[in-house]
Amino acid sequence: MTATTMDIDTDPRDARGQGALGETIFRWLCLGAATLLLAALAGVVISLAIGGWPAFRQFGLGFLTSTDWNPVTEVYGAAGPIVGTIVTSILSLVIALPLALGVSVFLVEFCPRNIAKPIAVAVELLAGIPSIVYGMWGLFVLAPWFALHVQLPIMTSTSLPGWVQAVFAGIPNGANIFTASLILAIMILPYMAAVFRELLLTIPSQVREAAYGLGSTSFEVIRKVMLPYVKRGTVGVIMLGLGRALGETMAVTFIIGNSHGFPHSLFDSGSTIASTIANEFAEATSDMHTSALIALGFVLFVLTFAVLAVARLLLASEKH
Amino acid sequence: MFKTFVVAAGIAGLLASAASAVDISGAGATFPAPVYSKWAETYKATTGTGLNYQAIGSGGGIKQIKAKTVDFGASDKPLKPEDLAAAGLYQFPTVVGGIVPVVNIPGITAGEIKLTGPMLAAIFYGQITKWDDPVIVKNNPGVKLPSLPITVVHRSDGSGTTFGFTSYLSMKSAGWASKVGASDSVNWPTGLGGKGNDGVAAFVKQTPGSIGYVEYAYAKQNHAAYVLVQNKNNKYPQPVAASFGAAAAGAKWAQAPGNYLLLLDQPGANSWPITSATFILVYKNQDNAAAGNQVLKFFDWAYKNGDPAAASLDYVPLPLSVKNLIRKQWIANVTSGGKPVYTGQ
Repeated sequence: MTATTMDIDTDPRDARGQGALGETIFRWLCLGAATLLLAALAGVVISLAIGGWPAFRQFGLGFLTSTDWNPVTEVYGAAGPIVGTIVTSILSLVIALPLALGVSVFLVEFCPRNIAKPIAVAVELLAGIPSIVYGMWGLFVLAPWFALHVQLPIMTSTSLPGWVQAVFAGIPNGANIFTASLILAIMILPYMAAVFRELLLTIPSQVREAAYGLGSTSFEVIRKVMLPYVKRGTVGVIMLGLGRALGETMAVTFIIGNSHGFPHSLFDSGSTIASTIANEFAEATSDMHTSALIALGFVLFVLTFAVLAVARLLLASEKH
Repeated sequence: MFKTFVVAAGIAGLLASAASAVDISGAGATFPAPVYSKWAETYKATTGTGLNYQAIGSGGGIKQIKAKTVDFGASDKPLKPEDLAAAGLYQFPTVVGGIVPVVNIPGITAGEIKLTGPMLAAIFYGQITKWDDPVIVKNNPGVKLPSLPITVVHRSDGSGTTFGFTSYLSMKSAGWASKVGASDSVNWPTGLGGKGNDGVAAFVKQTPGSIGYVEYAYAKQNHAAYVLVQNKNNKYPQPVAASFGAAAAGAKWAQAPGNYLLLLDQPGANSWPITSATFILVYKNQDNAAAGNQVLKFFDWAYKNGDPAAASLDYVPLPLSVKNLIRKQWIANVTSGGKPVYTGQ
């Protein structure tokens, strides 16, 4: 009521004038923020391209397809780290997605209110732990346990078929592609679970109640009503996790085994783009070595950009 | 009003120049960082001059001194004389460390296995793949070696330790020199990489049948099962401070142009074959005589008073003869406007 009396008292032209000015300022501020962000992104990609140019010029497409990474002879090929990055990211996503889904569905649908809050907080706390702590935990706790209780039994088993042995071949010390993916999965889980939970909470309760009213079981409500409802958001959740897994550095460096070549099996040591840069940048003395590492950074940028672009496309196709 | 402003600005300027005159800045190698910071602490307490050392890696140290953003650079890998000349730099050693191969073989204790340089090269190349290989057995009569596959563990990050170790393998094996070579990071033919000395030590500890290489301090502090390595006099000395000191004492620094000297495979019955020094880089022609003087005064003080601190951190001090030689080089090599910036104590 008071608001309307105020409106009558003041000159409407003044209000409109101020509003228009505020509107303009606000619009320019937003434009400024958006442009600044784009400029920063462009700045990053341009400086990476310039820094990596000597390597791209020297090795051409071979930089992406060759697995030779030899700082002594100054021959650099990034196929090993690129494949390692993609494999660990996808594998970690495959592990984390069902877990994130399970955690968030449990919290929203089944968990008693008084326990749900502490669990939700605990999941979000996982996101606050620095990655180096995950790396050290992986190196000193997970890797030895994994080697002893998973790798050795598989490697020494005689009853497994040959292709299984080939997939799981490797050095039994727990530093490999698979354990790196496990660590990554734990690291991206809290982000995915938190967003997923928020998504599920946006489902109007009438929709769920209606489904229950029709006689659906809990499983049917989740599978046929809730999950389809948040389908578009799920793509965002996946991309958030994937984006984080692609760029994770310290934790992976500790646990992946850091060999430059092409990983031949799931339990083989490998490397990722981020771990290679982290390992070698500080001591890279030659210009070509530095350039090759910057070129790797450029490749990672493009890879991440491509992933996000694919996510956009998926979202767009969902509309139809 | 204006006057007070000018006076205030003047005072601020004085303060700033006083501060820049007393603080030394350096950056580079991570390996000597603990001993440099320990020295800096004591030096600041006794002289009031502080040292700001950033352990950003040898490569970073070389880049920073070339960009003149620091008073000195530090590198575990000495620059070749021609590189020094091209950049107008001079280098000198500060402390010595040892690189020790460590193993995890069930039933084998520290110092029980003896290996030669070519054997180490063959193992790290992946040619010798089992611990009961006839070559190893023949060199270790009376030692019960298990038929266990060998897992090679190396550094994944670029490091002076790797440079020292691969330089040694290159010296001892023509095959290694031509196929792999020596550098801060190389294309390892086999095995897996751990980040830092900790990473290598952890992987060796966790993998039965593994062999890796770490700084002496890590081998000592972790009570790792080290391997004895044959030296130039065909002896197998223990990897202890005295053996690294023997290698440093036997080395011919005076004959090494630009102090480019790897302490590998030095003569002497007690010389540990895989020893390495760490280096400081300064400009031969100093833009700022006072800053250059501060740097050399600091290391002069460290040569004189820093040995106990170095030893307590498991670094090996340089022999006195080498220190005296380096002091003479300072007077002859580091100048500003034609005058030496350091004139002895």
